[in-house]
Amino acid sequence: MAILVTPQTKVLVQGITGSFGARHAQLSLEYGTQVVAGVTPGKGGQVFEHKGFKVPIFDTVAEAVKQTGATASAVFVPPPFAADAILEGVDAGLELVVAITEGIPVRDMVALKRAMGGSKTRLIGPNCPGIVTPGTGTDSQGGCRIGIAPGYIHKKGNIGVVSRSGTLTYEAVFQLTSRGVGQSTCVGIGGDPVNGTSHLDVIQMFMADPETHGIIMIGEIGGSAEEEAAEWIARHGTKPVAGFIAGSTAPPGRRMGHAGAIVSGGKGTAEAKIEAFKAAGIGIAATPSDMADTLLKLLK
Amino acid sequence: MNIHEYQAKQLLKQYGVAVPPGESCTTVVEARAIAEKLFSSGHKLLVIKSQIHAGGRGKGTFKHGFHGGVKLARSVDEAVNLADNMLGKTLVTKQTGPEGRVVSTLLVAGAETIKKEFYLAVLLDRANSRPLIMASTEGGVEIEEVAEKTPEKIVKEWVDPAIGFQPFQGRKIASALGLKGDLFNQACKLIAGVYKTWWECDASMVEINPLAIVETPEGKEAMVCVDAKIGLDDNALYRHKDILAMRDLAEESPLEVEASKFSLNYIKLDGNIACLVNGAGLAMSTMDIIQYFGGNPANFLDVGGGASKEQVTAAFKIILTDPSVKGILVNIFGGIMDCNVIATGIVEAVKETGLTLPLVVRLEGNNVAAGQHTLAHSGLTLITGDTMADAAQKVVKAVGK
Repeated sequence: MAILVTPQTKVLVQGITGSFGARHAQLSLEYGTQVVAGVTPGKGGQVFEHKGFKVPIFDTVAEAVKQTGATASAVFVPPPFAADAILEGVDAGLELVVAITEGIPVRDMVALKRAMGGSKTRLIGPNCPGIVTPGTGTDSQGGCRIGIAPGYIHKKGNIGVVSRSGTLTYEAVFQLTSRGVGQSTCVGIGGDPVNGTSHLDVIQMFMADPETHGIIMIGEIGGSAEEEAAEWIARHGTKPVAGFIAGSTAPPGRRMGHAGAIVSGGKGTAEAKIEAFKAAGIGIAATPSDMADTLLKLLK
Repeated sequence: MNIHEYQAKQLLKQYGVAVPPGESCTTVVEARAIAEKLFSSGHKLLVIKSQIHAGGRGKGTFKHGFHGGVKLARSVDEAVNLADNMLGKTLVTKQTGPEGRVVSTLLVAGAETIKKEFYLAVLLDRANSRPLIMASTEGGVEIEEVAEKTPEKIVKEWVDPAIGFQPFQGRKIASALGLKGDLFNQACKLIAGVYKTWWECDASMVEINPLAIVETPEGKEAMVCVDAKIGLDDNALYRHKDILAMRDLAEESPLEVEASKFSLNYIKLDGNIACLVNGAGLAMSTMDIIQYFGGNPANFLDVGGGASKEQVTAAFKIILTDPSVKGILVNIFGGIMDCNVIATGIVEAVKETGLTLPLVVRLEGNNVAAGQHTLAHSGLTLITGDTMADAAQKVVKAVGK
């Protein structure tokens, strides 16, 4: 049934009245997402209107949940206040919080991650494009889109995509869709060094999802999440996985756009990740143009 | 963001961490005054340290022939002579690249006799998202080498963010380093202070190498941070205006500084094929694919989700300021971004900069047909690519070897 979100998932948008949050709430509504509430402190009682859609706005997540039954949130809140917004969602008992915000201080995420340990809430991100479970309508409308990904590039199908990057994910998704191959769910876990959900977390979900038959995993320099996932896949993987690692040409010690994309003290290199993929039997796309084809070869 | 050694020591001192007595200076006159003060307070030996954001200073060479960016002085005159040979001069080290860095600031400090060197650092352990304190009896050397050859000589303590650093953790580390008595107590206080600096300043890394047992002019043994390196989390600078004020633009690439003014994420590399891309992952992989097809990327450039006409023009100008650039690859996946907006921006930028170098543009995604139409009817000479691979191959071919 895809993972994390379905077309029926009720979504609230924190920061819905900010220009970034508003724009993407509009696009999600147009895509067919069940956006049932917005949260902007001090604007409770107002209504977010777009093309006939009327979304009530609340002061707090708890109030929004109580009134609408929302179970997931998209966080479009500026960095100084984003960790607090995420924790509010956790406190309100949401099943899923997707933090789009880029620029949250690492220290805030370190504290937040510790604080939410043991809660039932799954955090995706921060600094991520979000999640899409495509629908069956034109341009895959009728699905669930939380975040900023372009809905129209998707197609409903059986490939799971998990990635740290935004536009590089859209490349992979577009390649699949162009070849008539659809996606079960596409998850952007984000480019930060401390995040709520890892490649491995998502891959385990994909492996357990009857609707997902193959997986594309997109990684980049920095940290060891890809190696960790590869090791698990080698021992427990039951479905074909293809991968691409960005950053082979990145100079050491430099932050390549994403806060987490940095080779530190010789660790987190693209070579090490590609080696780990090789050892795990993961199909390796030599260039970003080959991501879909690499997986499709494995699925034959 | 990086800061100089003398600034790192200033921060550490604020948190009660012992650093050698000393002051920074930017003129020879100031250097003389500091040297006089230190000698008259009992020091027999001073160290004059070039302040640049790069390591290997001691073994470096100044372009005018003077050897060593970190030198000892036994008298005020010697200190002044060293300062004169360093200030305003260009120091080349293993880490600066052949162009070197101009030394504008010196740290003039007491050089106490070092009895033993240790290593101490605080950083984020990405594997478990916890702060990690690392210490070793092998100080004054490359910690990566120690980690590889003798990992058992590195002691690690993870801090639980729920309760913060606990004093017993400092005691565990001090004990593991073989310290006893008064030095043990000093180390405990120092370790706590170093951690506090890391946490409260929102540092990404605090590295003390070497942390040393020294003999003070009074003949006592003390633990001090002989060298200190601090990197700050860029995302947190908004809440540390005082630390942000420590930023040294002279230590950053001018093109990178210029790019940041337009919210462009730009990193200069040493190749000749420039790229302009939306999204960090896509930008990294664009550099990668250029190299895959035999080319050499000149830069990383992420225009982000906005990419207004002004930003695209600014990006082109910055790219073209680099004289090594012989060709440009624009790779855009328009998600929410409209391909026609980018195409219009490119056309204007080319006209405004008078670009004559080969330009390969690959557009995909939202409103791509309109974007390609705009490019085709612009009257400009440019090459279009279908896929990333196609575009990369074309730009490599156009630039040649």
